[in-house]
Amino acid sequence: MSEQERIQKSSTERTPDQASDTAAPGSNTADLANELDSLLDEIDAVLEENAEEFVRNYVQKGGE
Amino acid sequence: MMIPKVLGIETEYGISGGPDNDPVTASGLVVNAYAQQGTTRLHWDFTHESPGNDARTTTDQHARPPAIERELANTVLTNGARLYVDHAHPEYSSPEVRTPRQGVLYDVAGEEIMRRAMLAVNETLPPELAVRLFKNNSDGKGNAYGMHENYLTSREVPFDDLVQGLIGHFISRCIVTGAGKVGAETDETRGYGAPYSISARAEFFEEIVGLETTLKRPIINTRDEPHCDPRTLRRLHVINGDANMSQVATLLKLGVTSLLLARIEERGIAGLPPVPIRPVSAFRAFSRDPLLATAVDTDHGRWTALNYQEALLEDLRHFHAVSDTASCAPRHEVDEILSVWEFILDGLRTNRDTLHTHVDWIAKLRIVEGFQERHGLAWDDPRLKAIDLQYHDIDRARSLGYRAGLTSLVAPEAAENAVLSPPKDTRAYFRGEIIRRFPDAVVTANWDSIVLDTGEGPYKRLTMADPLRGTKVLAESLLSGCSSAADVVVAMTD
Repeated sequence: MSEQERIQKSSTERTPDQASDTAAPGSNTADLANELDSLLDEIDAVLEENAEEFVRNYVQKGGE
Repeated sequence: MMIPKVLGIETEYGISGGPDNDPVTASGLVVNAYAQQGTTRLHWDFTHESPGNDARTTTDQHARPPAIERELANTVLTNGARLYVDHAHPEYSSPEVRTPRQGVLYDVAGEEIMRRAMLAVNETLPPELAVRLFKNNSDGKGNAYGMHENYLTSREVPFDDLVQGLIGHFISRCIVTGAGKVGAETDETRGYGAPYSISARAEFFEEIVGLETTLKRPIINTRDEPHCDPRTLRRLHVINGDANMSQVATLLKLGVTSLLLARIEERGIAGLPPVPIRPVSAFRAFSRDPLLATAVDTDHGRWTALNYQEALLEDLRHFHAVSDTASCAPRHEVDEILSVWEFILDGLRTNRDTLHTHVDWIAKLRIVEGFQERHGLAWDDPRLKAIDLQYHDIDRARSLGYRAGLTSLVAPEAAENAVLSPPKDTRAYFRGEIIRRFPDAVVTANWDSIVLDTGEGPYKRLTMADPLRGTKVLAESLLSGCSSAADVVVAMTD
């Protein structure tokens, strides 16, 4: 990781390390479990209420 | 000879809502709503478009080249990008950039542009018709679309060497850059009982090499439409990747392929990992195995996806140590690409818990499995597919991808700036600046030319055949001396 840390950071760019410091509270198992738990709380709140209809109605024409 | 790795990403967004739930109409509304916000209500110029040209010397006579749709909404933005309707999707084609970091920046700017377009169109629609946009890759019902990458490469490299040198990477890179997917969409994948795939699109690939992009999709696409000097340069059009929510994945998607292309241009393909005996089935098999245990047959033993990626990392580390990789990115950016890549491969081998900040398929799987456990759900519960779909929603109020803890590489103010301003070091600078400074005079524009109406005489076409000219350094003083489009024409013809 030292190589990442040595990277010069400009004011408009972030390194993967720098940003993950704020995104993940820690790397130990308990911290990760707590973080996932609060994320799942949020997902419970924002996930489409009628999931089945939401998924069924999402039909696209192929592209590329 | 190494060629500066000019890059770009095209992304078709998934779309729902709009009048009659018709995606073509909704896509047109999205593009027009954005174009009408600013000064970019102008048309794309189809001169020089030749998507049917094949990079191989012999073309498959039965292949169907992509149709050019001239009647759909189509515009060019002040940041040098193209925003248009492709088939039944709104598509953002980023401006040409010079480094993978810039590629990430203008991909994130594209998300922001799509979000603004969605908000603008929804102001005009009743709530029940609201349009939603998804940066995803398929609809879960067998219809795939998504993201293509473009790389400027040397025409000195025989096309078959590109094929042989790139396949091992293209079939295995999904373990780093895959978007992840709940459920299977083809009979084959369903037959394997795979509930979760690493790549959202691997199962749609049917050929090793070919011209098509919508049917019989090939791992290596042969579209030969360079938008620059066709005698010396090639634009490699890569269709096998996933659109990513993870900015780190986008960085590695662009960064590793750029480095590998530079390596092939400089040193050929000797020493690269062996091509699998059956590349298409290898790509699919790697994708449907989140345990990463699958190994495929080659003439030199059996290889896992991790074996491929680790061998490529070692090879490109060596290449970076002994060669000048400035054609790809400044040295510290190449260092960053290699060290993040290594961090991910180490994590895949030893401890995946550290990777949900970097890797989409792991971030999504972590949420899906956590949700399954919390609510005691089977794999076929529609809520899991809803999580998959909503992961890619670009509305901040709903998006799960934006909540998943993914590392951000782009500061918000940088993305804001890139929405309006072009990259400085390619011809996109000139394109974007002409559109910003003289919007009323621009009749049409495309990748390699701009047509101006100076108010006198016939329209004037300015050509930009070289993607590395028209940069800020080369064009700024010329432009600052011009107070009208007519001045630009005079300055460029003197």
